[in-house]
Amino acid sequence: MDPPAEPTPAPEPPRTDGLMGPATILERCATGIEGLDNILGGGIPRGNMVLVAGSVGTGKTTLSLEFLVRGAERGERSLFVSVTEASDKLMQNLSTFEFFRSELVLNGSLVFVDLPVVYDRLGLEHEELLPDEIDILIRTIRDLVRSLGVKRLVLDSLTSVGYRIRRDERIRDFMLRLGQALSDEGCTALLVSEVSPTPGRYSLHGVEEAIVDGVILLWNTRRQGDILRVLQIVKMRGTSHSRAQYVMELTPIGILMAPHLKGARAEGGT
Amino acid sequence: MPLDIGERLRSLPVGSAVAFKLDPRDYADHYFAVLNATLRDVGSETGAHTIYVAVTNPAAFVWSLAQALDVPADRISFIDAISHIMMNYANPLPNATYIDSPRALEEIMLRIEYLIKKFPHPRTTVVIDSVNSLAIHNPPDLLSEFFHILLNNLKSRQVLTLVLETSDAEGTPVEQMLNLIVDEAIDIARGGR
Repeated sequence: MDPPAEPTPAPEPPRTDGLMGPATILERCATGIEGLDNILGGGIPRGNMVLVAGSVGTGKTTLSLEFLVRGAERGERSLFVSVTEASDKLMQNLSTFEFFRSELVLNGSLVFVDLPVVYDRLGLEHEELLPDEIDILIRTIRDLVRSLGVKRLVLDSLTSVGYRIRRDERIRDFMLRLGQALSDEGCTALLVSEVSPTPGRYSLHGVEEAIVDGVILLWNTRRQGDILRVLQIVKMRGTSHSRAQYVMELTPIGILMAPHLKGARAEGGT
Repeated sequence: MPLDIGERLRSLPVGSAVAFKLDPRDYADHYFAVLNATLRDVGSETGAHTIYVAVTNPAAFVWSLAQALDVPADRISFIDAISHIMMNYANPLPNATYIDSPRALEEIMLRIEYLIKKFPHPRTTVVIDSVNSLAIHNPPDLLSEFFHILLNNLKSRQVLTLVLETSDAEGTPVEQMLNLIVDEAIDIARGGR
C-alpha cells in the first residue's frame, strides 16, 4: 500500500521587510561580529563588496581581520590581500584575538597575500598602473579566489591600490570589474579605505562609495575629551539595516558594539 | 523588623532591575549590608558571578571589603570608572578593567557585555555603584537613556541588576528617573518599603 500523499503546505504569505515591500531573502555572510550582524539583519548579503571607510585608528583592519577569522572558523576560506602591512605583522596582531587559532593559517583556511610581492611577480613595475596591468591584477585576484575557493576577501587597502591606479575612471573600472568577478565567485569582500577630508564623502577618490554595495563608516568622536570609536552603516544593498550610530570596542573576544547615546554631541569626527 | 536584603534578593524574578536606596546618614551600614547580601549571602549560595561597576569608590576599595567578606576573586569582576580621573591607577587589580571616566557610558555598557561573555554564568549580577556618582558626570537625559538601554539589555539576558542610590530626599530627579526604569525600588532605611 502506498503511503498517504503529503498534504500540500499552504503558501506562506510574502515576508515584508519594513516599508520596502515583499523582501527577497538573500543568503547572508554572517560577519561573526555579533553586534554588526544584528544591525545587518543577519550579515552582509553574500557576494556584496563593501567599503570599510575610516580614518587612522578607527578599527578598520581589526574589523576586517575578525570578519576573516570568523569566516575561516565557519569553514569559509578567507583571503587577506595586504598592500600596506606585511603579512607577518598582521598575523602577529591576530594573536591578540582569543578566538584565533593558528591552525586556521596552517591548514589554509586563512590565507595572507602581500600585494607588493604580487606586483613584483607579475612585473607590474610602473609607478602608475596601466590599463592592461590593471587587467592583470584583476585576473590574478579572481584566479586566486577561484582556485582557492575563497568566500571572504579583504583588500587592505583600496586607498593604496588607488594611489597606483591614480585616475578616477580607472579606479571606477577596477572596482566594477573586481566586484563583478568576486560576486560571480560568491565571494563577499571588504575593501578598506581611508576617508576623504571632504564632508559627505566616504573615500579618497570619491568614486568608490558609488560602486560598492555597502559602506561601513568608522570614525572617532569626542565627548568632553573622551574618545569613542563609532560605527555606522551608511549603505548596504540587498538588506534593510540600521542606520544608527554605534560605539565600538576592540576586545580580545572580538569587536563589541553598543548604541551611541543620543545625548552625546560629537565635537569631531566625520 | 530589619530588612533581610538577602531574602529580598532571592525572591526576585530573574532579570530583575532593582534600585537600593541608601540613607547617607547610615551610608556605611546600609552599603555594607547590601554588599554582604549581594556578594556573600546570595553570591555564595548560587556561585553567581558579580560584575561591579565602581563609580563612587575605586575598585580597590570595594575589593578590600569583598575580601573581608571572603568573596573569591574569580566570582567578582570590576569595571572601575573612577580610578583614572582620581589618578589612582598605580596598582590595578587583576580582576578589574579600567575606563577613562564615568562619562564614557557606552564604555561601561561594552565592558559589562565583555565580562558577561568572558565569564558566562547562568546567575550573573551587575551592581552599579552608584547612580548619584554617574549623575555628577552626566546630564540627566544621557543617563536616562543609558539606564534604559542597559537595563533592558541585561533583563533580556536574565541578569540581575542592582543600582545603588544615595539620597535623603524624596522625589529627586535621579530618584524619579530610576523609578521609571527599575522593576523595584528598595529603601533600606524604611525596611525595604
